[in-house]
Formats: sequence, structure tokens, C-alpha cells
Amino acid sequence: MSVRVVLPAHLRTLARVDGEVTVDVDGTLTQRALLDALEQRFPALRGAIRDYATHKRRAYVRFFACERDLSHDLPDAPLPDAVREGQEPFLIVGAIAGG
Amino acid sequence: MSKVRILAGTRKGAFILTSDGKRKDWKVSGPFFGGWEIYHLKGSPVDPDRIYASQTSAWFGQQIQRSDDGGETWTPVGNEFVYDGVPGTHQWYDGTARPWEFKRVWHLEPSATDRDALYAGAEDAALFTSNDGGASWKELSGLREHTTGSSWQPGAGGLCLHTIIVDPNDPKRIFIAISAAGAFRTDDGGKTWKPINRGLRSQYIPDPDAEVGHCIHHVAMHPSKPRTLFMQKHWDVMRSDDAGDSWREVSGNLPTDFGFVIDVHAHEPETIYVVPIKSDSEHFPLDGKLRVYRSRSGGEEWEALKKGLPQRNCYVNVLRDAMAVDRLDKCGIYFGTTGGQIYASADGGDSWDAIARDLPAVLSVEVQTLR
Repeated sequence: MSVRVVLPAHLRTLARVDGEVTVDVDGTLTQRALLDALEQRFPALRGAIRDYATHKRRAYVRFFACERDLSHDLPDAPLPDAVREGQEPFLIVGAIAGG
Repeated sequence: MSKVRILAGTRKGAFILTSDGKRKDWKVSGPFFGGWEIYHLKGSPVDPDRIYASQTSAWFGQQIQRSDDGGETWTPVGNEFVYDGVPGTHQWYDGTARPWEFKRVWHLEPSATDRDALYAGAEDAALFTSNDGGASWKELSGLREHTTGSSWQPGAGGLCLHTIIVDPNDPKRIFIAISAAGAFRTDDGGKTWKPINRGLRSQYIPDPDAEVGHCIHHVAMHPSKPRTLFMQKHWDVMRSDDAGDSWREVSGNLPTDFGFVIDVHAHEPETIYVVPIKSDSEHFPLDGKLRVYRSRSGGEEWEALKKGLPQRNCYVNVLRDAMAVDRLDKCGIYFGTTGGQIYASADGGDSWDAIARDLPAVLSVEVQTLR
């Protein structure tokens, strides 16, 4: 399946992309599967969204979709159908914390 | 015709300033990596167009960028900084145990003989090395695993390894400094380390002359005298003439011996520079007057250098890696401030000009002298 992902500005620069990106994910669509596919397509994003060793989400990064905060969902929980079907993007967002 | 290239890391990106050997007219390019904190950039002595940069963000972590064309274009290389084995704990500010956690790279030190080899000093304190141009990194864990490691504690900026000096005559001898653990030396290329803090006294730790726990801000060496080291400690300017085995205070007549930077003249190994800062609770110059102090005697006797520097209402800081010297015949001295100025002296410090005034807060300054 082809999944739409919106990256924050700094990560778009790092990945050298403009606007929304799409990534192909096989099997069940979960946060982990999506981030694995995203990092495979854009290796510069490795370590920028989640920790290298633990795969824990970085503290100032949030995951939203379908007007819901998915940041604290388990990494292997299925993502919403609307994301899987390409109707809604998966949003990777830098927390609003000054800067 | 010689050329000088300044590599400035700031809170919001990197900037490169270039001039010919006259050092009068400067071209400023950047920001590179706008919006990111650039803790440090440094060029390879072997290939000056090979430049490494530490790009970091509390949001998005650590990146290492590399340029092979003197900073015109950049490529992200490896950023997998993983501690060797299961890291233990160090002291937190309140004295409790805290697990080691990688946060960022403070300092990059390229090899003097191999363009693809370099060291990286990290927070939480550790030394990493790469032999493939920054594509992959390995920790020299003998340092972090030193028996004193569990007692190291962060300074205000974090538990950072900020100084890396490789002995030009013996690449297996490396000096590093950590806030707030102290200075360490290896004589076997990083396998084993010894604290080199004898002679330091710090009133903010339970035992003022303890083996470790000292908040060292920066250390400098002249390549022609690798056994002589100069140190700006939290308080106190120190020197060692036995490769760090012992230190003596050389603050002398400085108006305050708190500060962050220290550096050595390119051609005069006993001429050193500091920027005195009022105190550890007021990080700005005394009386609003920005002054570099120069000693031509390796310490003790200092003279104020103020021509061209603001002498009223100046309340900036000069951070630990934000001073550097060029190697032209008439040695140039450069430093950056938290107010976004970069000051340059083309006459060894006698007079100064602001060659950039409104950059983001400057974190680091390095200089390349290009022939």
C-alpha cells in the first residue's frame, strides 16, 4: 500500500523533499512498519524521528492522523484505515516548544 | 595568495566567512542547515575542502554533515552514535545516578594525516571515532568506562566532552576534557585513560582537589610544545608543562579568571588569549566592556586588548569553542559571541574588527588558513 506522510520542515530539508511524501508499506500498517519504510526510503531520517538503538520516539516528535494524537500508541498497533487507504496522511510533527 | 576561511557554528545554522590574506574584506555565506544548532565545524588538515559539521536539534537529534568542496555543498553522513555495551550511570545534578544517554556531538577533531579519520566528542560524555569519513562511528569506551565514570556530573551545558587534542608527535596520545569531570589523557590511542587533574582546585565539589569532578571549559596546546597545555577552567586559568600530569594556576593579574575560551598564538607558543567573564552566575564581561586578555609569558602577566571591541553596554558571552587563530605570518585571532558578532584581529590581538555583527548566537569558531 502507498501511505502519505507529512514531514516537518527540518526533516523535509534533511530528506531533500518538498511537500508530502508517499512510502510503500507491505503487510499490516503500523507505526513501526511505516517508520521502517520511511527510513529505508530516506536514510537521512534515521535517528531523527526515533532513537537508533531503542526505536523509541524522540521526545519532541509527535505522530498525528485523522485528527488524533497517535504518539503514545504502541508501535505495532494498526494505524487508522483512512491512513492505510490513502485518504488521510500520517503527520510527523515537531512539538511546539519554542525555537 | 593566502586565503582565510572561518567556520562558524551558531544556534541557528552554520556560516562561512572568507577573505584574502589581508583579512579586511569578508564574504559571509550561509546559513547552512538553517534553524539547526551547529555545535562545531572543522576542516581536515590533510584536505581543507573536506569539512565536517555537527548539526543537532533537541527535536530531531544528531546529524553529521560533510562537505568536499570547502562548504559549498553538504551531505549527511553517519549519525549512529551508540555507546559500547550497556552504559552505566553518571551523577545527575542532584547527585543521583543517571543512565548515560547520547544527546549531541560538541566537537569534531579531524585527523592530521587521514582525511577520512576523525574523533567526535559527545554529550553524555564519550569519545567516538570514524575511519570512513563519518559514515560509521565507534566509541572508544575505555574513557567512559574509567573507574571514575559513575561520579562524573554535568556542567550547566550538560555532561559534554568538548575538547579533543591529539599530540602532533604521537597520535596515540590524546587529551580530552569533560564538563564536569576534568581532563583525561590516553597514551595508547584511546584504550586506557588517566585523569590529569592534579593541581586543579574547585570549590563546587565536596573535595576541592579531587581526582575528577572539575568543570574544565577549554584546553589549548601549541603544536611545537605538545607537553604544555593551557586551560580555562570554570574559575582559574591553568597551565601544565608535563602533558597534564600537574597543573599550576597562571591567572595572575586577570580581572576575573572565570571564562570559557583559551587559545595560543600560531607562532608564539607562550602567547595565549582568554576572554574574562564576570562570574559563573553572570556570564558577561566585567562592567559591560568586552576585552581579550593576552599573556606573552604563558600566563601570570596579562594585558587587556580592547581596541575595536565594545567598551560599554556589552553583555555577551564567548563560548568555549568560539576562539581560533589563523597561521598567517601576522597571526590572526578570531572569536564569536552569543550576541552574534564575530571579531577578528589581523595583528595578534592589538586591534579588532567585527566582521559579522548580527548572526545567531555563535557556538564555535574555527579558522582554516588556505595557501
